[in-house]
Amino acid sequence: MNEDARTLFSRPESLNEVVTHYCPGCTHGVIHRLVAEVLDELGVRENTVGVAPVGCSVFIYKYLGTDFLEAPHGRAPALATGFKRLRPDMMVFTYQGDGDLASIGMGEIVHAANRGEKITTIFVNNAVYGMTGGQMAPTTMPGQVTTTSPGGRNVNDTGYPIRVAELLSALVTPNYIERVAVHTPQHIIKAKQAIRKAFTYQKEGRCFSLVEVLSTCPTNWGKTTEESLDWVESRMVPYFPLGCYKDPETAEVPDGAV
Amino acid sequence: MPGIKVDKNHCKGCETCVKVCPQQILTMSKDITVRGYFYALMADPSRCIGCRICAISCPDSAIDVVTNGTVFELFPY
Amino acid sequence: MAKILMKGNEAIAEAAIKAGCVNYFCYPITPQNEVGEYMARRLPEVGGAFLQGESEVAVGNMLFGAASTGQRVFTTSSSPGISLMQESISYMAGAHLPVVIVNIMRGGPGLGGILPAQSDYFQATKGGGHGDYRLLVLAPSTIQEAVDLMMLSFHLAEKYRNPVMIIGDGMIGQMMEPVEFPEHHEEPELPSNDLWAITGAKGREPRVIKSLFLDPKLLDDNSWNLYDKYARMEREEIRFESYRIKPKNKILIVSYGTMARICQTAIDELEKDGVSVGLFRPITLFPFPSKQIAKEAKKKNIENVLVIEMSTAQMKEDVDLAVLGAKPVKFYGETGGLVPSPDAVKEQIMKLIKNPNDELKRR
Repeated sequence: MNEDARTLFSRPESLNEVVTHYCPGCTHGVIHRLVAEVLDELGVRENTVGVAPVGCSVFIYKYLGTDFLEAPHGRAPALATGFKRLRPDMMVFTYQGDGDLASIGMGEIVHAANRGEKITTIFVNNAVYGMTGGQMAPTTMPGQVTTTSPGGRNVNDTGYPIRVAELLSALVTPNYIERVAVHTPQHIIKAKQAIRKAFTYQKEGRCFSLVEVLSTCPTNWGKTTEESLDWVESRMVPYFPLGCYKDPETAEVPDGAV
Repeated sequence: MPGIKVDKNHCKGCETCVKVCPQQILTMSKDITVRGYFYALMADPSRCIGCRICAISCPDSAIDVVTNGTVFELFPY
Repeated sequence: MAKILMKGNEAIAEAAIKAGCVNYFCYPITPQNEVGEYMARRLPEVGGAFLQGESEVAVGNMLFGAASTGQRVFTTSSSPGISLMQESISYMAGAHLPVVIVNIMRGGPGLGGILPAQSDYFQATKGGGHGDYRLLVLAPSTIQEAVDLMMLSFHLAEKYRNPVMIIGDGMIGQMMEPVEFPEHHEEPELPSNDLWAITGAKGREPRVIKSLFLDPKLLDDNSWNLYDKYARMEREEIRFESYRIKPKNKILIVSYGTMARICQTAIDELEKDGVSVGLFRPITLFPFPSKQIAKEAKKKNIENVLVIEMSTAQMKEDVDLAVLGAKPVKFYGETGGLVPSPDAVKEQIMKLIKNPNDELKRR
């Protein structure tokens, strides 16, 4: 490298130099990097604790350079609540998949959001249970074939995919809730802005924040990387509209509540 | 002259970068890494504009973007 | 300090605060609701954290998060609620986290009843959750003892970095008795929790508090590490009380908690009638005082060991194991909220005094 060579882009400090176990093309890796970049930019890595879920991202503690707790399946928001209540000075975030958050852990996330816990949740929605081999998840698309919906998800039998961002935004407690995606560079850039906003709101002690990130699962979707990225655009985004569903700036508390 | 460095140990040959490169100058190697993956490389380094889109899209943070000389910041990231 | 007349539940709450624990998570369930109500008023006064969670499942997991800070934290619940916490208790044991859990037991199984019982003995002592782990289990029989054991429990939890459970039946929670809190609370020195707690990776490598060990060698190590703790508990933490044990006694009663206290009344009355009976009262249910019970049971004049519980004979199995057939071990018990009276206890004792070979029949 000669004298004025510069690095325009490289691995953020908070992202460990470890080859991840994620499948080729799985966008968990992108989301991990976005969180790491935000931790670096806000300068909070050394004052942060992450709560790992059960699922593909159970090993996130190997990949991000912060302290970590590892939660029982679905319970990360409760661990985060217990920790944050005793250490409000520390940054606390949970990183959870759709099985963890929207299935077994639905009670925990709804109540953490409703209490307005000053934590941040990164909710990765890839419409399937990844780690356990591709079973149907609460966000599995209608007609989507999984190992437990071999004939395609039958909405008359198992209902429709759950829209978590919309569900949580119905809570009165002012929160920040946005749904983003990472299947194109433009979407990744917007996703990073949302994740930065979420962690910033926490740093300011402002409100509960959750960013739902549509993500891919090439292996369990039975698609190539490219087909998976396209599937997010063509199939998931229409059903899971992207955008900000709730922001403390604009939240109005209903009269009855005052 | 901007360019990228692909960490062959981290690349899993998922080809996301190849798809997103606006200059379409990335391609996959013919040989495989010790982990059994083809890896990404620049087919035509001279046309790289240092836009970072490949690195931003890489799920494994396998790509560093480097340059010497002036580069125009194309978009904030 | 002067004695104060206090309800058991509230005394337990105040005892925690006096032991330096000002963090409490709970969920309402009879017969221990007063602990949460007391803490909701009291903890803000001492700058502590109080939160009523959405379920005992959530509360158990809030404890995991809170304990990871290295600060003291506890919860109280009752039988069905304790069942819901079993998964998180197993996780806290596997992750070597100090925490105190109080079970003010009620009749079970299922929704059962809300009256006192001792039906959670197995759950508490044999591990209600999955995996190779145990809990240090303490059983008070008076409200003063509940206060004392409560204050002790936080030290023990940190000494072993393992959950500690206090089990009292509904009466321990609901009764009012005069109690005294120590002027100031002394504890033996322990290494700082900051050596392991989550405090942020500043100036050190990041720490992970977890119970996942996919490498079987590491999980095996972790489980034998826990085993060593429990072996040490057996060497250092066994607590029991002997009451009116004399060489001439023909019957040894083994009972714990409120039931033991009722037996003491029966024993005192029989003493006046010239009948001498002794009581062995385990205070730690794990580690169980097996050797000590065996020693008492094998004394020459003992004809029968009589286990009395408010359950259908759970602790009796541990007594059987301790005595190993050296003497007959018999049982009398009522459960579901029925509390045997001193007279009922005396009646059973007199049956055995008259014909030692009789088997006692259920109610």
